[in-house]
Amino acid sequence: MLRALFKFNGGVKPQTHKLDSVRESIGQIPLPAELVIPLHQSIGGTPRPLVKAGEKVFKGQMIGAADGNVSAAVHASTSGTVKAVEMRTMAHSSGLGTLCVVIEPDGEEAWIETRPVAWRSLPAGEVRDILRDAGIVGLGGAVFPSHLKVQGSRSTKFKTLIINGAECEPFITCDDMQMRERPAGVLRGAAILRDLLQAEEVLIGIEDNKPEAIASMRAAVANLGDTARDIQIVPIPTRYPAGGAKQLIRVLTGIEVPHGRRSTDYGVQCFNSGTAYAIHEALEFGRPLISRIVTVAGNVEAPRNYEILFGTPMRHAIAPTRAKPDSDRVIMGGPMMGFAMPNPDVPVIKATNCILVGSPALFPPPEPEMPCIRCGECAKACPADLQPFELYWFSRAKQFGKAQEYALFDCIECGCCAYVCPSHIPLVDYYRFAKSEIWDREREKAAADAARERYEFRLAREEREKQEKAAKLAAKAAETRAKLAAEAAATAAEDDPKKALIAAALARAQAQKAEIQPDNIEQLTPAQQAEVAEIEARRAQIREIAHTPPENKP
Amino acid sequence: MTSYLFILLGAVLVNNVVLVRILGLCPFMGVSKKLETAIGMGAATTFVLTLGCGTSYVLDVWLLQPFDLAYLRTLSFIVTIAAIVQFTELVVQKTSPGLHQMLGIYLPLITTNCAVLGIPLLNINLKHNFIESLLFGFGSSVGFTLALVLFAGLRERLDGADIPTYFKGTAIAFVTSGLMSLAFMGFAGLDKFK
Amino acid sequence: MISAILVMALGAIVLGAALGYASIRFKVEGDPLVEKIDAVLPQTQCGQCGFPGCKPYATAIAKGEADINQCPPGGEEGIRKLAELLGREVKPLSEEHGVEKPKSAAVIDENLCIGCTLCIQACPVDAIVGAAKQMHTVVERLCTGCELCLPPCPVNCIAMVPIAESVDTWKWRYPVFRMMPKEGKAA
Repeated sequence: MLRALFKFNGGVKPQTHKLDSVRESIGQIPLPAELVIPLHQSIGGTPRPLVKAGEKVFKGQMIGAADGNVSAAVHASTSGTVKAVEMRTMAHSSGLGTLCVVIEPDGEEAWIETRPVAWRSLPAGEVRDILRDAGIVGLGGAVFPSHLKVQGSRSTKFKTLIINGAECEPFITCDDMQMRERPAGVLRGAAILRDLLQAEEVLIGIEDNKPEAIASMRAAVANLGDTARDIQIVPIPTRYPAGGAKQLIRVLTGIEVPHGRRSTDYGVQCFNSGTAYAIHEALEFGRPLISRIVTVAGNVEAPRNYEILFGTPMRHAIAPTRAKPDSDRVIMGGPMMGFAMPNPDVPVIKATNCILVGSPALFPPPEPEMPCIRCGECAKACPADLQPFELYWFSRAKQFGKAQEYALFDCIECGCCAYVCPSHIPLVDYYRFAKSEIWDREREKAAADAARERYEFRLAREEREKQEKAAKLAAKAAETRAKLAAEAAATAAEDDPKKALIAAALARAQAQKAEIQPDNIEQLTPAQQAEVAEIEARRAQIREIAHTPPENKP
Repeated sequence: MTSYLFILLGAVLVNNVVLVRILGLCPFMGVSKKLETAIGMGAATTFVLTLGCGTSYVLDVWLLQPFDLAYLRTLSFIVTIAAIVQFTELVVQKTSPGLHQMLGIYLPLITTNCAVLGIPLLNINLKHNFIESLLFGFGSSVGFTLALVLFAGLRERLDGADIPTYFKGTAIAFVTSGLMSLAFMGFAGLDKFK
Repeated sequence: MISAILVMALGAIVLGAALGYASIRFKVEGDPLVEKIDAVLPQTQCGQCGFPGCKPYATAIAKGEADINQCPPGGEEGIRKLAELLGREVKPLSEEHGVEKPKSAAVIDENLCIGCTLCIQACPVDAIVGAAKQMHTVVERLCTGCELCLPPCPVNCIAMVPIAESVDTWKWRYPVFRMMPKEGKAA
């Protein structure tokens, strides 16, 4: 059956350079002396390391657990001993280090226990967790965790599942070779995705410059029978970048996903063919993602595809293809979208679809950048329907707000604009610069907002503490006052018995005094005695007056 | 009716207040760095100038001419326009904070805009009646806004251009406005269709 | 002559009365400008501008009491944003308020810390954790690099360490075309 195909705007037709690396079948590479497995290999959070130096690991053992939902686990690519968990140079243009698990292989390739997953009987959420823990990410190069894509949009039912086998970038042939040699795995993976997403149809888009892959896949569809129901192999015209997700969706379904929307809103989801194969391996055999097919091409004698374990140094992977002596750099990815590597010793990671060896002859240094003459060639070539000359103008002037107004973030960095630019302007470099500056500003803004919030919270807390302290002090003061008052009352009550005691003592002393008669008056005359008596009487009277309470005084 | 249309069109394009009459250059240079501010300034000027033309016409006909005080025109117009601007700002700030946010700091700036004084004085010289005065004021301010917005758009782009160091900033802005002025003089050709 | 004076006086009285009435009748409280300025400031709360925090500085700018070039953590970029917001000219950072430094975070030397809690009290964003007589530590993610914890430390155990670039925060450089000798690199 012939399907009506659609066209996306723009695009270019660079020389494909694909024939050299498909002459030989997918090869194996001997184990390197050490595997450096970066923990951060996908979009999202950096997985937490689960192993320590000196520990023994099996092939397929999880060494990094997904951090949060937007993340994917990382596994040991072979059995051996963990030499270190340390910072190593990452396969990234920055040349910066990232936390890596360094494994010294023991050569036994001893697998950890694996068992197939009964995914049909499991709830969708659990299947997603299994995919996350198997480290499945998009193998087209974007390394977006796949488990996040295996769920529909809330509003729209799934209609079409697209398997991306277009592989439009020059030199890269890894998906081509996989579809030629392992079509059943890819198809079974596609069938699993079809059942998980409950898609009505599965379209496998393959560029028509890969007739062998198309034939092999078609034969496999016929062989698989019912398993491959609703699966169609659709050859699409060869034009870069037909393998871009939005472009492929446009070509196969005619749907143009607008700015700010997702394809799932239109009932379409897109997976790379390699990802489908990895999902098949993970669910049918329980094998996590530990290797991938990588095209080693460019300035080498014998370009070829190899199945390479993650963590293998690129230098080790290039060795069997015999790099030519004038090679001067290693590029991860293709010539259009690839990134220059800081050195050839960086490891192969999940995003590595191609190791391209460059030389001044193969990729001549860019010609001098000339002023933009606003010819509009870039706008004609842009597959995302943007205005690259405007984006360039604003990115160059660092007017990032304006660049965003012109939908900078819809740019897929395909490089078509720079490819056609008659002024040799490295347009994509400007877009990458602008994008990372905008991200940085957003981070700074978020940090400033968080700091403001924390500062205001602190001020509020200090104010509250002050008030609480004041309230406490006031309460304490009131308490002390009350206590003092109570004590005063108590002393007042205690005063009376004391006074009584004193009075009693006085009284006793006086009584004693009164009892004791002065004895120096015995020999006195009666007249003298009478006088004494009189004086005594008077004294007694005075004493009595003194001792009577004042109010009774006369 | 046609004469009203000619007044309006003439004020907007043919005798553009900034580019042909060369009035109100300070805001034209000062607030044309960003498109948003240019639009804000244009809107504020349009409002004040239309109102100012009406008020000054009334002032002239009812107060200055009966008392034979034409020599006080400039002074009294300045005072009236300044008061209108201040009053407008206060009212707008209270009644519509959103609009005030947009016009914001530009309202007080209008007081010093020579176009705002020039157009009422021109109205008197051209012997416009009340409706014509309003139309002329409105048309002139629309012309001002048009020139300002166009110029701001150009200057925003100029920010990203490779300009020789000594031409950066005001220098290139004057060169640009000169070219714009030349272009607007082309509208004088509309005369032929009269 | 008298009529002229009378007309002008009448005008002045009418307009003055109208304006006076309007200024009372249409009084507006609060200033939205402060919030906007505050949003641009980096919120380190470091006080290098001479005001006790970012909000007071924003208020001072809005009132015209402070210049826009007194914020070293905001740096040139911050001054540019303020100038844009306020329609003023960009000017270089005022030297008396400090110099722009690379973004740093405070790090406590945990061997020297005596657990005095003075830095905890100084930190405006509560980024230091610890208790009396216990070692303290800085939560790097929350540290704004304001350096306010440095002076109170009695044993000088806090140092400002520039934050290293990581793969996540790395930025693409501005594309620059390198001038290369035309004929080979031999010369």
